[in-house]
Amino acid sequence: MEKTMKLEIFRYRPDQEDQPRFQTYEVPFREDWVVLDAINYIKDEIDGTLSYRWSCRMGVCGSCGMMVNGIPKLTCATFLKDYYPDKIRVEPLTGFPVQRDLVIVMDDFIHKLREIKPWIIRREGEEKPIEGGEYLQTPAELEQYKQYSMCINCMLCYAACPVYALDNTFVGPAAIALAQRYNMDSRDQGRDQRQEIIASHEGIWECTFVGECSVVCPKAVDPAGAIQRSKVSSTIDWYKEVLIPWGGKKR
Amino acid sequence: MGNYETYKYDVVVVGGGGAGLRAAIAVAETNPALKVALVSKVYPMRSHTVSAEGGAAAVIKENDSFDEHCSDTILGSDWLADQDAVELFVKEAPSEMIQLEHWGCPWSREPNGKVAVRPFGGMKIERTWFAADKTGFHMLHTLYQTSLKYDNVTHFDEWFATKVLVENGRCQGITALELRSGQIRVIAGKAVIICTGGAGRVFPFTTNGAIKTGDGMVMAYRAGVALKDMEFVQYHPTGLPGTGILITEAARGEGGILVNKDGYRYLQDYDLGKPLEVTDSRHPVKKTMELGPRDRLSLAFMKEVEKGRTLSGAYGEYVHLDLRHLGEKKVDKKIPFVRELSTKYAGIDPVYEPIPVRPVVHYMMGGVDTDIDGAASMPGLFAAGEAACVSINGANRLGSNSLTELLVFGAIAGRAAARFATEHPELDLTALQKQGADEQERIAKNFIRKDGGYERVATLRQEMTRTMESGAGIYRSETSLKETCNKLAELRGRFSNILIEDRSLSFNTELTSALELDLMLDVAQAIAHSALARTESRGSHQRTDYPDRNDEKFLKHSLAFRTDGAPRIEYKDVIITRWPPAERVYGR
Amino acid sequence: MGGKEEMKPYRRPVPNTWWLERRSYFLFIVRELASVFVAAYSVFLLLVIYKLGQGPEAYEGMIELLRSPALIVFHLVVLAFAVYHSITWFNLTPKILVLFVGEVRVPPLLIAGAHYFAWLVLSALVAWVILRA
Repeated sequence: MEKTMKLEIFRYRPDQEDQPRFQTYEVPFREDWVVLDAINYIKDEIDGTLSYRWSCRMGVCGSCGMMVNGIPKLTCATFLKDYYPDKIRVEPLTGFPVQRDLVIVMDDFIHKLREIKPWIIRREGEEKPIEGGEYLQTPAELEQYKQYSMCINCMLCYAACPVYALDNTFVGPAAIALAQRYNMDSRDQGRDQRQEIIASHEGIWECTFVGECSVVCPKAVDPAGAIQRSKVSSTIDWYKEVLIPWGGKKR
Repeated sequence: MGNYETYKYDVVVVGGGGAGLRAAIAVAETNPALKVALVSKVYPMRSHTVSAEGGAAAVIKENDSFDEHCSDTILGSDWLADQDAVELFVKEAPSEMIQLEHWGCPWSREPNGKVAVRPFGGMKIERTWFAADKTGFHMLHTLYQTSLKYDNVTHFDEWFATKVLVENGRCQGITALELRSGQIRVIAGKAVIICTGGAGRVFPFTTNGAIKTGDGMVMAYRAGVALKDMEFVQYHPTGLPGTGILITEAARGEGGILVNKDGYRYLQDYDLGKPLEVTDSRHPVKKTMELGPRDRLSLAFMKEVEKGRTLSGAYGEYVHLDLRHLGEKKVDKKIPFVRELSTKYAGIDPVYEPIPVRPVVHYMMGGVDTDIDGAASMPGLFAAGEAACVSINGANRLGSNSLTELLVFGAIAGRAAARFATEHPELDLTALQKQGADEQERIAKNFIRKDGGYERVATLRQEMTRTMESGAGIYRSETSLKETCNKLAELRGRFSNILIEDRSLSFNTELTSALELDLMLDVAQAIAHSALARTESRGSHQRTDYPDRNDEKFLKHSLAFRTDGAPRIEYKDVIITRWPPAERVYGR
Repeated sequence: MGGKEEMKPYRRPVPNTWWLERRSYFLFIVRELASVFVAAYSVFLLLVIYKLGQGPEAYEGMIELLRSPALIVFHLVVLAFAVYHSITWFNLTPKILVLFVGEVRVPPLLIAGAHYFAWLVLSALVAWVILRA
């Protein structure tokens, strides 16, 4: 007898039903299968109507984030054998509206990402022409922001953040980590521009440091750390501005 | 259905990967008054550029030259690359790479702060820029994030392009399925750039992500544009058995070796040079052994299988990629993703054990036939990146040329499209809307409202990929290809009985899988028929019945044109400038 | 068919008990709660100082009060929370304090360890000052 496993999957179709429901499927259990393989099996062999996102199945495109037994996971990197023989419950990432089945609406993140200006900003007249070659950046300078540049935008950190779930005006872990990625880049001069969003009420100060975003991050980006460091530097900014008359904002 | 909206733009870019993003930025910078629509079936950072690992080639160091990069590329292509295109590519490459550096790409550095380079297969001098072993990931995110800076670029994320719209002999936009609403929309554009990547998913065992189904290639193909050199499919020599996950060539660039079941470095038996001890400071020697071109390495593997010198596992034959002598420190610094992937997916920590690998479908050298400006034969239609065939890759692409290619030709196509859009301002909106309504009707009739279907998408897809592997894989013959061609014709017939259980409009991925299968069947036919017609062996196209290269007859690009039956195959000359065809020699 | 309103996404409610759903959330809430007890103790300490300012008699009364079982329990509870708060906080310090020596990041364990060490030294100092008398 072939070993099997049960998956209990969140279903919701906006043009057919008002309320979500759970549907249980039985799939073969294979030692080297990830949860995504099981879901693909369902789609191909059992029920073609199940919708979800996936592509690279090697943990780098960031498409296949879902709640697996209540924990945000990349399903392409979550193995069935770690749950066998128990039933696995698969739901769309929490904190986001559900478009359909396991597909969340992530417009809010895309909007926030743009707001924090995730690109290199140079002061007027200080851009280097292409003919001038590359900006020099030592390995030590690269190391300062590299960790934050590893974010794959998989949204697991948002799904882990109770602050975002309760109040989604919060800019959130990944977007702040990416702002920090550019702020810490020796080639960038745009921190002041990003501070308008980052140091606002909806920015870093909304974070209560639950720390769960860093726990679930599949790429060890440590957004919680990025936010706390940003708090420290914003606080230093404030003291400079208040205590030192000439230490205020340089534009 | 029936209600549809029309969006009007100057340039419509289809595909949000590296080439599409670079093209969109090029249009936006060329003329800030131009409005750009960037249409992608996934959020751009999900595009498959993200999975590229090893690096991107461009001449930057003192010991290198444009001519060296050109001759490596042409030798790699087995003389099927257009040499004017290669020269342009090589000349533009450094400035494009520096541009990306200025946009923030976290390139790995030398201690003095300059960009570092690493050796790569088929390259005589080290010229591959890298961001550890996540180069594609960093390039894609840098381009995507930079694209957000331009107010004149509008992102249509998760819009599935279905058709190129042609009016008055000119491409004037596309139709796309908005996944969220399930509605077909018209996106009118004075110029359209196809940047939808390759179609590795027509094969069962590929490094390619699920999204790589050749959509844009077929959109152009169905509009009457030829698909060029489709028979040339690159097998990457080192994929993980089972999953097909890519283990980057950088692993060999950093000194990794390939050994068979006897621990023997078998590549020395296949005219790729003699091995040096891994402890020798001159190892790895460029353009020899493990740093030979991908086609030759994948062929050598097949020969080893024939000789019974490979290992067998649950997912077939494999050999070992041994990195143990590099040491933990080097692996963690230069190729950490290799360690992460093989530990997680193969249960092998390469610091202590060799990695099981085998060749796996990786890249399409062929694609939409374009000229050196990225323009297709249809006025107003452009293509760039893996979807296009300019051609700089010929019969075999060199590793680390494709990431650079998407920058260079993405930018060139973007600028050319901007020019075209400015010169051709008129759009026949009424006619486009009519076409949009027809497309909506086609999709409703053939899929969403269709009754009585019984063929499952997955079944047909599996049969297609299986026949592609068996008949049009690394080795092909007239018999095997004819069998595949017949099977594909049968599948095309059966596709009309496709079963769609999902009647929902919102995010109907059963519908999109069916649409993708429909497109892939066209790609598969173009590949198989082009391969059948080319009765020679060149680069990645190896015919057991015609084992030699035949320059007299086939120093030519193949052009597949779509017909209602089998594709029509024509040829056009390869452009030779300074590098006349010669014997393709590595390692001696 | 097919208007945008029919494509309405589903919003899942967040239950009031969300912090009971995961151990880490619960520990976080306890950490937040601990600060209430630490604050209460500060208020109490101010009260003691105030009594001290009112003269020896008032202070003696205060000391007498401190011997009551209820207040001993109060101190034990506050101590437990203060220790919990300190430990969880020190464990988080490596996230805030990221130091590099060249390309190499100072190990998180060392950062947290330094905090614990400083804590130990200061506690010992305080103990020495008090017990010496």
